Amino acid sequence: MNTTAKLTVTRGGATANMTMIAIIIAVVALAATPWVFGVGGSGRAVALLVYVLLAVMWNALAGFAGLVSIGQTLFFGTAAYATIRLADAGVDPYLAILIAIAFGAALGWITSLFMLSLKDGEFAIGMWVLSSLAHLCVNLDPLIQGETGTSLISLNAYDIQTRSMITLWMALGITIAVFVILVVLLRSRTGAAITAIRDDEIGARSIGVNVMKTKRIVFVLAAAGTAAAGALWLASASNFQPRAFFGVQWTAYMLFMVLVGGLGRIEGAIIGAVLFFVIETFFAAYGAWYLVGLGAVAVFFALFLPKGVWGWIGPRLPGEAIPTGYIVEKSNT
Amino acid sequence: MTSSSTVLRSGGISMSFGEYKVLREISLDFYPGEIVGVLGPNGAGKTTYMNLLTGALRPTDGSVHLMNEDVTAFDTAERCHRGLGRTHQVPRPFLGMTVFENVLVAVEHGRNEMPDDPVAAAWEALEETGLSHVANRRGETLGLLDRKRLELSRALATDPKVLLLDEIGGGLTDTEGDDLVALVRKIHGRGVTIIWIEHIMRLLMETCSRLVCMAGGEVIADGEPQAVIDSPEVQAAYFGAAA
Repeated sequence: MNTTAKLTVTRGGATANMTMIAIIIAVVALAATPWVFGVGGSGRAVALLVYVLLAVMWNALAGFAGLVSIGQTLFFGTAAYATIRLADAGVDPYLAILIAIAFGAALGWITSLFMLSLKDGEFAIGMWVLSSLAHLCVNLDPLIQGETGTSLISLNAYDIQTRSMITLWMALGITIAVFVILVVLLRSRTGAAITAIRDDEIGARSIGVNVMKTKRIVFVLAAAGTAAAGALWLASASNFQPRAFFGVQWTAYMLFMVLVGGLGRIEGAIIGAVLFFVIETFFAAYGAWYLVGLGAVAVFFALFLPKGVWGWIGPRLPGEAIPTGYIVEKSNT
Repeated sequence: MTSSSTVLRSGGISMSFGEYKVLREISLDFYPGEIVGVLGPNGAGKTTYMNLLTGALRPTDGSVHLMNEDVTAFDTAERCHRGLGRTHQVPRPFLGMTVFENVLVAVEHGRNEMPDDPVAAAWEALEETGLSHVANRRGETLGLLDRKRLELSRALATDPKVLLLDEIGGGLTDTEGDDLVALVRKIHGRGVTIIWIEHIMRLLMETCSRLVCMAGGEVIADGEPQAVIDSPEVQAAYFGAAA
């Protein structure tokens, strides 16, 4: 044994640095949207950020914690509803969004107490049932007027320019915050457990990983992030119709983005969201054919690239783009 | 009835899957410093027994005590924190993580107390099993033999007091078998009690201080290795020889 041998741990590298630069460019470009593309451009930028949030959170849940939920609209819709209610009570709409995110996290924690003990299929359907239940309850609120819906009227206190800018920058800030929290979490001791559960839950248990506690952390984070997406979508759309927020199309979008991008990697979820955004931007006008096209893309990926875009790119890069792992070397000094 | 000196004991544990009784009232005491080999024909219930000891399964009847504490109601992770490590017959590597990360998770989550330097502790477990040269390779790139080594590395990284090995010797060449015997002896030398399910008789005979033979969900022999091998019940059940 060489007693002077030294262990060196590296986390990150050239690929990670390149990714960091790309992310900073993207953030600056998004932040500048209002000056370049005006109000309409800001709206689209918010949509992109909402998609990124949804994809990254659904991926954390399904891709890492193995919790396939088809009812994340529970948090998406309820947060939008909470924002409406808070604003109606006189809270500033932007403050209401932040409170709605905390509310989403709390709802996530409460839900986790009974949902996480359910098995795969039971959990997936159970979440959908909870979402439908929340949808029905929201419809009963006289303020919402059933499916007629209502508007986030208090946003009118701000002129449309200011409003679109604040919403965009808030969306950008929240997305960055959620992303940073997730990356810091995945690089931590808990993150190693999350990744282990992703790869083999039984194996993780047998080396002492507290699977329930770990899954709960991911579930609550995903609830908060998805709630943020819902509240931001409301701020951007400004009117609230329950069906537009609790609708099953959101689940389909989340699935699409994560499966096409690559399940189980943050990079994949982000790429999936960008891809979905691009397809929507250029083809949404084709109506039903657009949906057929989305379906065709999903089938193509399921058959030929089951690990998604990142499943193909990732292994071909010299290092991790978003570094959550360790490279360890032993050097004799 | 609990002997104060056992590290692990099963008190009359039985396991049924529906109507089918896999194990019938297995009572065994394991003492500090033993290397106990468990043998028996396929379907004898060996792996089920191990799953009951580690908490992967809950017995339909009976109890499990670890260091004189009743752990029957505890799950696998809690038993692991209390010093019970295991390997799986079919290795369960974390395929998307590197070999080093696989072991680091075990150091960070499997121990009662986190070591001051988890990285060094994980590295040590890799060097011990001869895997340090592939530390930065992803689990999915390993062949079966290295996957078994990784399985053992991870179990060691949890710093177990009792280590359950489930057929880690299968498919090894003679030299690899010799290395494994040396490694098991080395782990045992640190004061770890070892319970080893194995089909390869040579490995058990070279390492074990005691053998337990199971057949049909029951213990049919338990004692000094040569005596167990020679007993007529074992000859009949395990080797199929006319007793």
